[in-house]
Amino acid sequence: MSLSSPLRRVLGAGPSRSGVRDWWRQRLTSIALVPLSIWFVASLLALPSFDHVMVVAWMAQSWTALLLILLVLIGAWHSQLGLKVIIEDYVHDEGGKTLLLVLIGFAHVLIAAAGTFAVLKVAFGGAP
Amino acid sequence: MPSRPISPHLSVYKFKYTLTTSILNRFTGFGLSLGLVLLAYWLMAVAGGAAPQREAQRLLALPLMRVIYAALLFAFCYHLLAGIRHLVWDTGRGLERRQSQRSAWLVVILSILLTFLIGYGLLHGARAP
Repeated sequence: MSLSSPLRRVLGAGPSRSGVRDWWRQRLTSIALVPLSIWFVASLLALPSFDHVMVVAWMAQSWTALLLILLVLIGAWHSQLGLKVIIEDYVHDEGGKTLLLVLIGFAHVLIAAAGTFAVLKVAFGGAP
Repeated sequence: MPSRPISPHLSVYKFKYTLTTSILNRFTGFGLSLGLVLLAYWLMAVAGGAAPQREAQRLLALPLMRVIYAALLFAFCYHLLAGIRHLVWDTGRGLERRQSQRSAWLVVILSILLTFLIGYGLLHGARAP
């Protein structure tokens, strides 16, 4: 049973147009990020140095590459959802809000794509 | 549309631990979003090869960046612990006032401790800066 009125459903209205879905995704991504982010920080702590040879050797390991890609993708998703909520809370001008949400969306797709591409390139030996 | 008050009504709240921990979670989350840009930049620099990474490393080693890393580290520790607190709340537990007060202090103190611990590890651990 839906609690929204027929008119509201037709208009797709409601403050965010996607409240429950985004809320749930925010929780799921946060659960995934707990182990991923702890792994990432622990790995940085364990790296003997940040020079190119060392970082590439670390990043080229299969598990490192896989987890890094997951971290970037899920992190970007979680970040986009979080910033979306902030914008929806504080930006009340319809035009400005839409523009900001679109820009934030584009920026996060760029971050996710760049991070994934970079890790894959290193993992496949493209950064000697 | 008539202009009427829209939630959240930022100016009507008394400044208490509930507000403080909540807004801190938002601030740190926002900061970590910026940290994500830094992460992507660093990954792209590594993928570019030895020379681009050296170039980026010079930028990333600026004194100003140390302040940013310290802030990001605290943001990470706080957002992680406060996020776990929220997840526990989502199961319906820990919502009584006493419990929530205790977990608020726990999150704040643990995140500061964790920040210093990891910071110390980064400065004096496996690698010398």
